Amino acid sequence: MSWLDPNWGFIASAYAAGLSLTLAAIFFTVRDARKQKKRLGALEAAGIRRRSKET
Amino acid sequence: MIADNPRVGFFSRLAQPGYFLDWSRHMILPLAALCAVFFALGLWFAFFNSPADYQMGNTVRIMYIHVPNAWLSQFAYGVMVVASIGSLVWRHPLADVAAKTAAPLGATFTAIMLITGAIWGRPTWGTYWVWDGRLTSSLVHLFIYLGIIALWRAFDDPVRAARPIAIITLVGAINIPIIKFSVDWWNVLPQPASVIRAGGPTMPAAILTPLLVMFGAYTLLFLVLHLAAMRTELARRRITALQARTARSQAGTPA
Repeated sequence: MSWLDPNWGFIASAYAAGLSLTLAAIFFTVRDARKQKKRLGALEAAGIRRRSKET
Repeated sequence: MIADNPRVGFFSRLAQPGYFLDWSRHMILPLAALCAVFFALGLWFAFFNSPADYQMGNTVRIMYIHVPNAWLSQFAYGVMVVASIGSLVWRHPLADVAAKTAAPLGATFTAIMLITGAIWGRPTWGTYWVWDGRLTSSLVHLFIYLGIIALWRAFDDPVRAARPIAIITLVGAINIPIIKFSVDWWNVLPQPASVIRAGGPTMPAAILTPLLVMFGAYTLLFLVLHLAAMRTELARRRITALQARTARSQAGTPA
C-alpha cells in the first residue's frame, strides 16, 4: 500500500467525517439516556417521598 | 401479566415493554463490546490489510465506510416500515417507540453515506455532486427522515402521533426501491450493485472481507443505539405519565 497516494486527503476526510458523525450519534444517544434516567429516578424518588408523607 | 402467560408467543413476550426493558438491559453492553471489536477489525482491514483497486487506487478504502452506511440507511428505514405496520395493524406498544427511535439513527447513516459518497466522488468522477437518479433519491431519503423526525417533535402526545406518522412512513417507503434500482433504470454515476445481486458478489475476497466486517460493525452499532434509544424513549414516556399523575393529584382530581 502506497502512503504517498495524492488521494489520501480525500480518504482521511471521508473517514474523519464518517467516524465523527458516528461518534456524535453515540454521544447524543448516551447523553439522552443518562439524562432521562436521572429525571426518571428523581421523579420516582419524589413520588415515593410524597406517598410516604401522605400515609 | 403478558410475560407470564404461556399463550402469548415468544416474540410478543420479548416486545412487552416491561420485559423488553429487562432483557435489553443485559444485551447492550455485550453488543457494544462486540461492535467495538468489529470496528477495530474493520478499520485495520480497511487501512492495513486490503489492496488498492486497479482503477480507483486507494480511494476504494472510502467504500468501507460509505457502503455500510448506505445499507444501514435503508435497513433503518426497513425497521421503521415494519414497526409502522406493527403500530397500525396490531397497535403494539413498542412498535411506535421502535419507529420513532430508528428515524434519527437512519438520518445519521444517510448523512454519513451522502458526505462520504460526495468525498469519494471527487477523485473518482471529478465532481462532488451530480443531480442523477441515485444521488437525488438518496438526498430525498434524508429529507424523508428529517420530515419524520420533525413530525414526531410536532406532536405533544407520541401515542396520538404514531398512526399518522406510520402512514407517512409507509408512503415514504416508495423511495427505497427507487434508490435500489436507480442504477439500473437511469444513466447514473454510481456503479450497479456489486455485492447484493443475482449471481453473487463481483468483487474479490480481499475487498469484500473488510466491507462485510465494517457492515457487521455498523449493524451492531445500529442495534446497540436503537436498543438504548428505545429504552430512553420508554423512560421519557414514563416521566410524562408520572408528571401528569403528579399534576392531577396536586389539582385534586383522581389519577
